[in-house]
Amino acid sequence: MKLIFALFTGLVFGIGMAFSGMMDPAKVLNFFDVAGSWDPSLAFVMGGALLVTFFGYKLVWRRDAPLFGTRFQVPTGTVIDAKLIGGSALFGIGWGIGGFCPGGAIPALGTGRWEVALFLVAVVGGFYLRRLLSSVAPTAVKP
Amino acid sequence: METVFTPFASLGGGMGIGLGSVLLMLGLGRIFGATGIMSGLVFVENRDELAWRVALVIGMVMAPGLIFVATGTMPALTVTVSPVMIVISGIIVGLGASLGSGCTSGHGVCGLSRLSVRSLVAVPTFMATAAITVFVMRHVFGG
Repeated sequence: MKLIFALFTGLVFGIGMAFSGMMDPAKVLNFFDVAGSWDPSLAFVMGGALLVTFFGYKLVWRRDAPLFGTRFQVPTGTVIDAKLIGGSALFGIGWGIGGFCPGGAIPALGTGRWEVALFLVAVVGGFYLRRLLSSVAPTAVKP
Repeated sequence: METVFTPFASLGGGMGIGLGSVLLMLGLGRIFGATGIMSGLVFVENRDELAWRVALVIGMVMAPGLIFVATGTMPALTVTVSPVMIVISGIIVGLGASLGSGCTSGHGVCGLSRLSVRSLVAVPTFMATAAITVFVMRHVFGG
């Protein structure tokens, strides 16, 4: 039951992603191209997603536990460090180069386009690169 | 390249993304962060942690096909950069998102919705570097 629920959840997210336009790198990049072919659509995506999630989370957290689990596992960290800022800055650069982000690319894999698969393989490469950095410079980038 | 401004589809799609995020919290008590989910598929903790992530990703990947069956058209996806740039962007995205502990879905949707301090720093950071990257690639180098 838990796995069927997870599959359904992924499907809802993916359908939302597809209709939102976030799956399309051209549309993502145009959101940032205020000086050129600007397309403000993605502001509406974020607005819609935040509206539902903000109030939805509040409703869900009235419960003591999730349907298929013992507790809600929410990150509690409040530390603002170089890793957070540097990592986020890097993420934005990568996102700005190709217009692909993981949340859009996973559902986009279902379109069967090889470029999406190539991107996701490279993302996994980036995960391993981070592991490598953590092992050679553990104090600089703790896992 | 111009794209069509789609306020209603994007708002609706964004609400779908939000609904998916809320459902994952309701069912499994987890944040819908695409980077964390992908990373959990690559660096496996245990079978249970792997199983729900696999189910979730299968659901996400099914979305475009389901939309194709229902509407007769595959969601638009226009790649604007070369395969080499896709690989570079993917590696940077993977490295950055894992260092910064999140991407557009984890920090952007789930983090902002719970007013996480770390996300409130991460999101403006990656939005800014993405915008700068797009500006430099399109208007400085004339991408």
